[in-house]
Amino acid sequence: MIRQVLAFAAGIALCASLNAAQAHAFLDTADPTVGGTVKAAPQVVTLTFTEGLEPRFSSIMVEDSTGQRVDLGDAHTTGDDPTHFAVGLKPLPPGSYKVLWRATSVDTHKTNGSYSFTVAP
Amino acid sequence: MLSRLKTGGAALVCTGGVLIGHAALAHGFAGDRFFPATLQTDDPFVADEASLPTLTKNPDDPTGGQSYTVETDIAKRLTSDFGLTAAYSWNYFQPKGAAAQYGFGGLSTGAQYQLFIDNDHEFMGLLGVDVDWGHTGAVNRGGADDHTTVSPTFDFGKGMGDLPDDLMWLKPFAVTGNIGVSFPTRVNSAGTLNQNTFNAGFAIEYSLEYLEHHVKDVGLSAPFDRLIPLVEITSTTPFNRGFNPDNGFTNGTGNGTTGLVAPGVIWAGQYSQIGLEAMIPYGEGQGHGVGVLMQMHFFLDDLFPDSIGRPILGAGNLFGA
Repeated sequence: MIRQVLAFAAGIALCASLNAAQAHAFLDTADPTVGGTVKAAPQVVTLTFTEGLEPRFSSIMVEDSTGQRVDLGDAHTTGDDPTHFAVGLKPLPPGSYKVLWRATSVDTHKTNGSYSFTVAP
Repeated sequence: MLSRLKTGGAALVCTGGVLIGHAALAHGFAGDRFFPATLQTDDPFVADEASLPTLTKNPDDPTGGQSYTVETDIAKRLTSDFGLTAAYSWNYFQPKGAAAQYGFGGLSTGAQYQLFIDNDHEFMGLLGVDVDWGHTGAVNRGGADDHTTVSPTFDFGKGMGDLPDDLMWLKPFAVTGNIGVSFPTRVNSAGTLNQNTFNAGFAIEYSLEYLEHHVKDVGLSAPFDRLIPLVEITSTTPFNRGFNPDNGFTNGTGNGTTGLVAPGVIWAGQYSQIGLEAMIPYGEGQGHGVGVLMQMHFFLDDLFPDSIGRPILGAGNLFGA
């Protein structure tokens, strides 16, 4: 029984590899970092995901502490790597900012998230 | 049943894969929050997932007898908010000083409806009905029931990501749980009363993935940035057929509240998760040992996003309609 169950589990893993599956895109790294403080105002927010994104159905918005958007609305994948997603920023005065992202992976799975960073005085 | 499940599942797995893509729906997500599949308690979301296998070394019984369970579970969405579940097990008992017994446990099925998902507050709720079918396993050897039990449940999940920023270190916490009532369809089995029971279970989770990627980058890297330590607590309380509410006991045929406290950890990856928990029993009549449970769990919607990972009907179904 145990061998049969384990064999079936292994079969799923094998077939999955043959199907070249994609998955929900989780945030892997962020620049500025999640919850971090930067001394110089960044000109761009760059997010790296665990899966490639479909940029037409993905977005990054950056808001200041009053809820006003401070990004340039030009969210895009960077280079040839669809896991890197970035948006340009307006000049940021010191303060707290919130990054809100929505990621649609290339197989259309959707995830979203948010985090904050601070520009030091 | 298991061989049919395996054969059918394998056929679906290996023939699916090229159907038209539509917007895929998420499993276990509410806003920023990813809820893993917990090991002891029902999950508050419909999903396309499979546990293959769940291996359990149960706590020893009061006489020192040992038992082991191998279980498979599968959950499949029919629509984006309605799904079915099925589970089957094989049990091995080694009574103290007696010959071992083993055989298949009974078939359990469930129907689930996603009541709501509140993304802003990382909150979700689900209504379900579980049925443990009688005479679907080895009644005399495998511990299967000789009667059917019907159990309506309400399951919920709540993440704490909406706490104020001053409490940022508490934001990775989440609670999932379920409450329900079980109604056996037979009054007694071999002279033992089959009582109606009130069932409750909770899982308190602290998601390092949420901490690292939504609250504060503390420098965790793989595999630690995908760990979710948790404690699960289950309870079962009989409320009829011999239960005495004055003292909580049941005429010597049953017990008051019994259950498990299960601390452990889940690692959740892109396509699968693996969980490990200790099982500490509590309540009168329970054993003294500590059990162990290990579960390998696959996200079928991530593994097979263009075929069996989609709902059968409705928006984004696997037929591309």
